Amino acid sequence: MINWPNFVSQLFNGLALGALLALISSGLTIIYGTLGVLNLAHGAMFMLGGYAGYVTYTYTGSFILAVIGGSLFVMILGIVMERVIIRHFYNRPHEDQLLVTFGLGICFVEIVRFIFSSQSLVVPPPPLLQGITSLGFMYYPTYRLAVVGIVAVALAALFIVLYRTRLGMIVRAGIEDSVMVDSLGINVYRVFMIVFGIGAMAAGFAGIINAPVVSLTPGIGDDILVQTFVVVVIGGVGSFPGAILGGLIAGEIISITSMINPGYAYVMLFVAMTLVLVLRPHGLLGAQGRD
Amino acid sequence: MTAMLKQRRFLIEVLTAIGLIAAPFVLPHLGFAPNTVNRILVWGLFGLGFDILFGFTGLLSFGQSAFYGTGGFVAAYLLTRAGFPNVFLALVIGMVAAAVTGYFVGLIALRRTGIYFAMITVAIAEVFYFVEFNPLAEWTGGENGLPGVPTPSFNLGFTTLHFTTGWSLYQFLAACYFVGVVIALRIVRSPVGAILSAIRDNPLRATAVGHNIHGYKLTAFVIAAAYAGFAGGLLGVMQAFMPPDAFMFETSGQLIMQTAIGGPGTLFGPLVGAAVWLFLQDFLQSALGLGAAWKLVLGAVFVLLVCFLRRGIIGGIADLYRLAFGKRAHRESAAASAKALTAEEEQAIAEADVAKQPDPPPMAPLNRAGDGYAGPILQATGLTKRYGGLLANSDIDFTVNHGELRGIIGPNGAGKSTFFKMLTCEVAPTSGKIVFEGLDITGMNVTDVCQLGLTKSYQVNQLFSGLTVRENLTIAALSELRGKFRLDMFRSLQSIPGLSEQVERTLELVNLTTRPDTPVSELAYGEKRRLEIGLALATSPSLLLLDEPLAGMSPRERVETVKLLKSISKGRTMIIIDHDMDSLFELVGRVTVLQEGRVLVEGTPDEIKNNAVVQEAYLGGVHGVLDA
Repeated sequence: MINWPNFVSQLFNGLALGALLALISSGLTIIYGTLGVLNLAHGAMFMLGGYAGYVTYTYTGSFILAVIGGSLFVMILGIVMERVIIRHFYNRPHEDQLLVTFGLGICFVEIVRFIFSSQSLVVPPPPLLQGITSLGFMYYPTYRLAVVGIVAVALAALFIVLYRTRLGMIVRAGIEDSVMVDSLGINVYRVFMIVFGIGAMAAGFAGIINAPVVSLTPGIGDDILVQTFVVVVIGGVGSFPGAILGGLIAGEIISITSMINPGYAYVMLFVAMTLVLVLRPHGLLGAQGRD
Repeated sequence: MTAMLKQRRFLIEVLTAIGLIAAPFVLPHLGFAPNTVNRILVWGLFGLGFDILFGFTGLLSFGQSAFYGTGGFVAAYLLTRAGFPNVFLALVIGMVAAAVTGYFVGLIALRRTGIYFAMITVAIAEVFYFVEFNPLAEWTGGENGLPGVPTPSFNLGFTTLHFTTGWSLYQFLAACYFVGVVIALRIVRSPVGAILSAIRDNPLRATAVGHNIHGYKLTAFVIAAAYAGFAGGLLGVMQAFMPPDAFMFETSGQLIMQTAIGGPGTLFGPLVGAAVWLFLQDFLQSALGLGAAWKLVLGAVFVLLVCFLRRGIIGGIADLYRLAFGKRAHRESAAASAKALTAEEEQAIAEADVAKQPDPPPMAPLNRAGDGYAGPILQATGLTKRYGGLLANSDIDFTVNHGELRGIIGPNGAGKSTFFKMLTCEVAPTSGKIVFEGLDITGMNVTDVCQLGLTKSYQVNQLFSGLTVRENLTIAALSELRGKFRLDMFRSLQSIPGLSEQVERTLELVNLTTRPDTPVSELAYGEKRRLEIGLALATSPSLLLLDEPLAGMSPRERVETVKLLKSISKGRTMIIIDHDMDSLFELVGRVTVLQEGRVLVEGTPDEIKNNAVVQEAYLGGVHGVLDA
């Protein structure tokens, strides 16, 4: 017997989680698409966004400043990381890139654990978005509803940057063929740096937006990273629309399965990924050729 | 390091045995507790399989915890809940379970390569973790794990050996590790091991010389899973408790980091890495009182190693060793060989060699099933390739007879390389049919076609750049001698009949006999080019395609290579694409001219030289004698 209000609220949970996953995955996927580097520290960036936001919040008491602080911090970290380390790995094998970003991710998590200990921290939602909202037939936490809206706005902003600006055109051209873009006289390294910053910021932004929903722990990014991988495999590596579609699919799979038995959420996610790999090896919206 | 591993028979095995026997007497003085040493051994055994997968085959899996946990929990379940009496047999069953799991996981994960492979293995390992915790909690004890795993004892009739804890258990673990090393060394030195390194260096060429690389990758994956499973079982035995965190992502991560710290591709890297890791963990936590920050320090060490010492501690030591002792040896050998000579002098010597050398005995192509066939060796009809709106090849009819030497010329963009790619089945034609020795090969893959006796040398060198000249040719020759897939993992390379002869003959043919043990990265361009042809030749093809064999060569090198091509062509059918028409016209019996994806004209070199249409195509209507 299905409990309808419960089911619908799980659908909303799935939408909120899916939107977040979509945002984080777009960050990962545009970095990979443009730079050819899979950033295994992306989950840690998500976590850092939450913690940087938490610090801003404790000093200012403003949620909006926390969001700005969290996003900016991670963006700057991303830029520094690209300049100092990642840049030297463009010409090295994929395995080395994976190893170094994996190691960096561990360092970030351990630094946070060192400073804040493993205790979970809470950032309350802004006063305006606290409490619950009546949807007529059911009640739903206001902030979670707002998350869907906020993330949708962020995704739209990312879309505009990618599809309606000169920079976005260069980035998309770079995804197709970065050597060609370089030979057209565009400083590809500067573009790479900006893309890494934007991609990292997407994760950091999601991290602070998510903080009022799930309390912060240093390990919070690990699970998210794995889910992001599934999203990217389902949607197709390097595809922005694919990341959004994959994110929503993964979010709903996790939420709906959790309603029946949380233990199977990952199993179902995995089944979906396997199906995609068997039927469409390049992902639902992925382009052929990139590997 | 691979070269070092091959130095002397059983040297490494003996050194390992000595090290394992000496460890209990030496390590306590260095501050290692017996339990720490035991943990190092379990990690080291786990890592042997992982190194075959990552260090030798180049597949970086982030999901080894899945097999570690599977093997561990199967063994622990048998020994605790199921009341299974024999510890060793339970460990073996756990290993088999992990290997079977690895087979199925590998089927999915190996559908893609590179970063996809990494992401898929992470996701799969997470699934195992959650499955262990929830749906299977009844069997695995969920977050409590399985306590009460017994230690092994062996009844020898007259006495019973019982291994309990500490140094007593060490003996059992050391024996397991030793057997693990012996097996791993055999695998690495077998034909399968050679092909695994070829896959790491250049999967495309490994496929093209006729190896089913998917099968071999899956093999490496299953080997790694089996090692992981056995090590997982040992973890339970060692702790008398099977912890659920064996399944955690951290386990996979720690394995990768230890391997990278110790040195991948060395087999012993994971052991060294584990020793460094566990020692530093103890040292940082207790001696320096850093508490939880130890992992941060180790993480930073790891990042620095990846940045500056990619080959890990063992690789670094090997480099130092070479720097200290290798230089002298190098200088001595340089005096003897042509190594220290200038390129000019080397060239002169090489040429003198070519001049005085009697022609090497022609290497006959292998007799294959289709040899009774009397018609043309290759017949393509209506071959068309369309890339979107671009028509690369259009309706090409092309026939080559046995023993013929055919040239293909055409302006850039005429579709020559695309045509070759279709003939070797690297790309499928949009329409048309290819018949090789009476067999329709349209739609087959490049590996099978190579096994049938049709292969090509590439326009841009596709070598196994991390291996030596001899190893390169060995890999190509193996495909002819062993077929596209065979699991002779415990056979040594030396025991394959005909292998060394074939490699030597090919070395002679491509004039690289003076440099068989030189790494490819140290070869001159002309030598690389000759090795490129040698790779195709070592598969003993009955039809050999050569895509611009003379490209980028100096005039001298050309002379040498033309001579080489002439000697190869005895008893063999060849098709050659090149822009050097003087050389080509001298070599071949007939020439096909391609232009804009179509056959323009076909004839003898003289007919082509004087053909007005060809002159038009090349010179744009200026009529005269074509002599470029």
